[in-house]
Amino acid sequence: MNNSIPAKSLAKPTSTAANQLRVVRPEADNESGHSKQTHTTVPQSFSRESMVDARAVTKSYRRHKTSVAVLKGVDFSAEQGKMTAIVGQSGSGKSTLLHLLGTLDRPDSGEIHFANQRIDNLPARKRDAFRNHQLGMIFQFYHLLPELTLLENVIAPAMIGQSILSYFRNRSSIMKRAKELAELVGLSHRLHHKPSQLSGGEMQRTAIARALITDPKLLLADEPTGNLDQESGQSILQLLRNLNQESGLTIVMVTHDENIAMQCDALVRLKGGKVERLK
Amino acid sequence: MGMLWHPMDQECYFRILVDKLIGRHRRTVHAKERGMYKVLLCWRYLKTRWIALASIVSVTLGVATLIVVNSVMDGFTSQMQDRMHGILSDLVVETRATNGIAEPNWYIERIRARLGESVDGITTVVTLPAMMTFHHNGNAHTQQINLIGIDQSTYASVSDFSKYLLHPDNKRQLDFILKRNGYAPDREALQPSGWEYRSRVEQLKKDRQTELERYRQLQAKIAEEQQNQIAKDSQGLSDSTADQAIDPKANENGTQPLEANSDLLGGPMIQPVQNSGGGRVFDASIEQRIGIVLGIGIGSVRGRDSDGQLKDYFFIRPGDDVSVAFPNAGSPPRAIDELFTVVDFYESKMSEYDATFAFVPIEALQRARGMFDPLSKQGAVTSIQIKLARGTDLNSARDSLRDEFPPSESYVQVNSWRDTQGPLLAAVQLETTILNVLLFMIIAVAGFGILATFFMIVVEKTRDIGVLKSLGAPGSGIASIFLGYGVLLGSVGSGVGVLCGLAFVWKINEIARVLEWITGREVFDPTVYYFDTIPTVIHPFTIVWVSIGAVLIAILASVLPSIRAARMHPVEALRYE
Ligand SMILES: Nc1ncnc2c1ncn2[C@@H]1O[C@H](COP(=O)(O)OP(=O)(O)OP(=O)(O)O)[C@@H](O)[C@H]1O
Ligand SMILES: [Mg+2]
Repeated sequence: MNNSIPAKSLAKPTSTAANQLRVVRPEADNESGHSKQTHTTVPQSFSRESMVDARAVTKSYRRHKTSVAVLKGVDFSAEQGKMTAIVGQSGSGKSTLLHLLGTLDRPDSGEIHFANQRIDNLPARKRDAFRNHQLGMIFQFYHLLPELTLLENVIAPAMIGQSILSYFRNRSSIMKRAKELAELVGLSHRLHHKPSQLSGGEMQRTAIARALITDPKLLLADEPTGNLDQESGQSILQLLRNLNQESGLTIVMVTHDENIAMQCDALVRLKGGKVERLK
Repeated sequence: MGMLWHPMDQECYFRILVDKLIGRHRRTVHAKERGMYKVLLCWRYLKTRWIALASIVSVTLGVATLIVVNSVMDGFTSQMQDRMHGILSDLVVETRATNGIAEPNWYIERIRARLGESVDGITTVVTLPAMMTFHHNGNAHTQQINLIGIDQSTYASVSDFSKYLLHPDNKRQLDFILKRNGYAPDREALQPSGWEYRSRVEQLKKDRQTELERYRQLQAKIAEEQQNQIAKDSQGLSDSTADQAIDPKANENGTQPLEANSDLLGGPMIQPVQNSGGGRVFDASIEQRIGIVLGIGIGSVRGRDSDGQLKDYFFIRPGDDVSVAFPNAGSPPRAIDELFTVVDFYESKMSEYDATFAFVPIEALQRARGMFDPLSKQGAVTSIQIKLARGTDLNSARDSLRDEFPPSESYVQVNSWRDTQGPLLAAVQLETTILNVLLFMIIAVAGFGILATFFMIVVEKTRDIGVLKSLGAPGSGIASIFLGYGVLLGSVGSGVGVLCGLAFVWKINEIARVLEWITGREVFDPTVYYFDTIPTVIHPFTIVWVSIGAVLIAILASVLPSIRAARMHPVEALRYE
């Protein structure tokens, strides 16, 4: 990805993204010793169209000597350009799985692949770059930076992704893009407000705009409507739906809401540390 | 192109350092330098957390104190060095032998031959311990002094001697002759002095004597009349009444054995006979004895009056006579008593010298002590003082003279002025060093304050750190937010400290006065230091190292919290409530 963020649109042919990733594939092979072997043992069930998938992932947390297994061999795949919902009881490990998919944490065993490329064993710096460039994340509690204004929060990932020099070189295009996104989420009139001056729905919209600024391939959403009333929850969902349909953004969303889950293209349930495919 | 694997960029050394610190190993592919968010967040954290500035106040105070202490200590040192150097000649060739260096001219020739062009001035001196007696308010006072016989024509060429004399004429050239008046015109307390004062005192004495004479005659007359009366009344009782007549003259002389005095009332009535005088009566109102220049501390005390004003009180003035007892050059030495007339004061502002030095003409001492060689007609001296030409290396000149007069073969020692005052200067130096160490410890304590504050800020910002990580900020980037914060605070703290310190030094005397006014106590007592104002010297180098040190401490204190922030686990940070 070149430094200037294309200001044109959210739409981007998703097939080229996969091609780009294949181009740099050999480099990843050098990084991970057993990725070749992994490649040969790709199960049939993982299609080439898969954007992100977890393969036989386990994760347990240790607390006072006793170890709690949260994920016990999860196979999960989110298809490119689709909206996948993950449901499950509280404490079933939905957030844990999402964090693993987003490389915020590493599985105890198993693999995470992004566009058929293993990402869980990348060095920290590359995972940082991956999160910055390929991934957008939104959370139940929005997680905006309280010291920054709405606009600054939106451009934060772009600032993280490039040097001061290139930031200033591309500043006008970044700003233009940020304002477009603010427009898209319906907040162009509140650009210079601090998060504390925004409502929950507005904060979540800001978080969505922030997640989109680097033009990611994948959006991970952890209960994005969990903290909102019915109406604003529905409008957030509508926003995500539009993004998915109009620009082919792949979305993986954790939710408690059956209604929302039913609207998605695919639906999985986490139960007993395993994934059940419902739809 | 290359979305996942970032194109290589220039190496950033700071980043490597941070990576090393947080224990991460770099791979072959380097991420590019990213940055704007650090600057932005750093600045926002500073703007929203002014309380962190409180932790920096101690750095500010420490830096300011360091600058004040150093400039005052440097000021004292350099003033003291200047003064000492002004008082002492560069090199001294001296002997402890009672009869001194018998052939000074031979030594002077050898010194000149050895040092050549680098000799700027040379003089001979006789130094003796002595005891001075003077009268004040009818009492005799005795004081120990250092009697220094100088050659007034050359002595001023080896040191700043004449600069420290009070009379303007003596500042030009000392001649040991009492001046009419005009001693230090700016000092009111010294005003009755010189010939005017001397003749007035003598006149008073004479008047008193005449009065006493008249009184005595009157008494005698009364006694006579009484006797006659008694003789008339009853012839048999005349013997016993004659015994009751008191002789006032005998009484006075009994309590005042010495002639010279400075009091206006109640002094002795008999004029001293000049030592060398052959029977001629010495008239003190028009004649003076051999001149002596006293250190001002011998003849005066400095104190404060009831209004708190600084005031000198002189109990000896130019024009008074003093008597000095000193050993002669014989073996065993015997004490000689000589009378001198005070012709001026010497004020070097080094209390040690001002309280003991007394200068007299060298020939007078040589004659009185019997130091003249009957054959060569040369007077012996106890030391030869040398002033070196500008730019001459003091120590090498001294060493070369030590070569010339090796201790094993001669009875003289060669010392430089620094040698004699070395311990004092070294003590001041040591004091400065210890103060610096202590004050830096204070700044280090301030460093712990910063450490604690920063840890709290990092904990408070835990979730934001998780968010930044989820947005792809590397650990080093997050570390540099807090490091930058530390650098910023450290720089602000030490910058303000430097400004405060400089302002304090600039107005230090005014501040001392205000403090005096508030506390009612003397902050800087000129009676102790003989400085009218607090001397200060600001070395730019001191300011540079003090501020660099303070910023370094601030940086060191922010390193640990930064590492903690960098190492935070993103998921745990996000879960943090
Ligand atoms: N850092 C941790 N240490 C110990 N246990 C943990 C840790 N993080 C999560 N867990 C445990 O792992 C399990 C799964 O947590 P997770 O947050 O993934 O659940 P969830 O499905 O997202 O629940 P919810 O719907 O309430 O958000 C929980 O039982 C939780 O207690
Ligand atoms: Mg959860």
